[in-house]
Amino acid sequence: MGAPFTPRANIIMTTCLAAIAFAVAGGGLWWFAWPYSDYTRHVGWVVQQPVPFSHQHHVAGLGLDCRFCHSSVENSAQASLPPTFTCMTCHSQIWTNAAVLAPVRDSLARNTPMTWQRVTDVPDYVYFNHSIHIAKGVGCESCHGNVGSMPLTYKAKTLTMQFCLDCHRDPGPNLRPVENIFDMDWHRGPDTPSIAALVAQYHLGRRNLTECSICHR
Amino acid sequence: MTRIRPLRILPGALMLLAGGCDDMSKQHKENPYASPRSAPANGVAGRVEYHDAPRPAPALTSALLRRGRSEYDAFCAPCHARTGLGDGMVVQRGFPAPRPLATAPTHNATPDQLYAIITAGQGVMYGFAQRIMPDDRWAIVAYLYALRRSQYAMLADMTPAQRATPP
Repeated sequence: MGAPFTPRANIIMTTCLAAIAFAVAGGGLWWFAWPYSDYTRHVGWVVQQPVPFSHQHHVAGLGLDCRFCHSSVENSAQASLPPTFTCMTCHSQIWTNAAVLAPVRDSLARNTPMTWQRVTDVPDYVYFNHSIHIAKGVGCESCHGNVGSMPLTYKAKTLTMQFCLDCHRDPGPNLRPVENIFDMDWHRGPDTPSIAALVAQYHLGRRNLTECSICHR
Repeated sequence: MTRIRPLRILPGALMLLAGGCDDMSKQHKENPYASPRSAPANGVAGRVEYHDAPRPAPALTSALLRRGRSEYDAFCAPCHARTGLGDGMVVQRGFPAPRPLATAPTHNATPDQLYAIITAGQGVMYGFAQRIMPDDRWAIVAYLYALRRSQYAMLADMTPAQRATPP
């Protein structure tokens, strides 16, 4: 009686096992890791804007506060993008002939809003509200990164549900004193109130921040 | 009685299933931020924008002054400087310099006048009605008085009790 398998069967078997292992590993990565990768989430991608606005120049260089342009951030769900009127607060007097600002002047002359492109977005089933995060002491930088270091603006964090939940489960480390909320590159110093003190000051810990309806409705 | 053939209902079933492939991250719903349809209508007779509505001054408290400092540093300091001297960073870059707040013609303006200037602007200064909420404008007005007092404090301003207390 001869052998039931020829030597070729070894190769077929090994190849099949390797293919199955590859499919399982690849499928797992494709399903569980790929959607949350920085590449898929467009982290670090600069978004084309009508005017190459530099946060680095305006925030780090001139020291403008976030609220000067994103003025509804304390009162509204949306931080809001500035109307042309806000740009012209300064640019009616300085850099009035700069070619790079021609779209801003056109916008004013034609009474047509600038079409700024959204850089940071969450899915439509997430009801993110800026004002409550500001009111509860979460700094802009916690989600938007150090915008003052960006010559062109890009999304700095993945903003996955995991990212949101990490903070909603334990908000303490991301809390800042009221006067530092809009600061860039802020770090806790020796004078900073303790995390426990900030949690108490902002009345956190009384409601379960991981309830579904806090973000989804 | 005819038998249901799987091949006949398969395409329909697959198409139904495919309908669930949308993860709903983009939904057809009104976004007040992006939709002109949900924006408030212009020009309703007899109404004014919220930020233009007259609003009485809030009570003067320490919290109001702190709020005023925060708002002043955000909206006024780029030109007027945190000191009020009018040499803010934007002025250093070529914006026409405002006069120091303490010696400007408005140095003895009433709170109502200062509030009106913040609301509607003056000269090359644009109005801030859309950017600073009414209560915050009052907070800035209160802080302007504190700022001026901090730089031009006079002994006569102090009460006898304050003079007796060492700092």
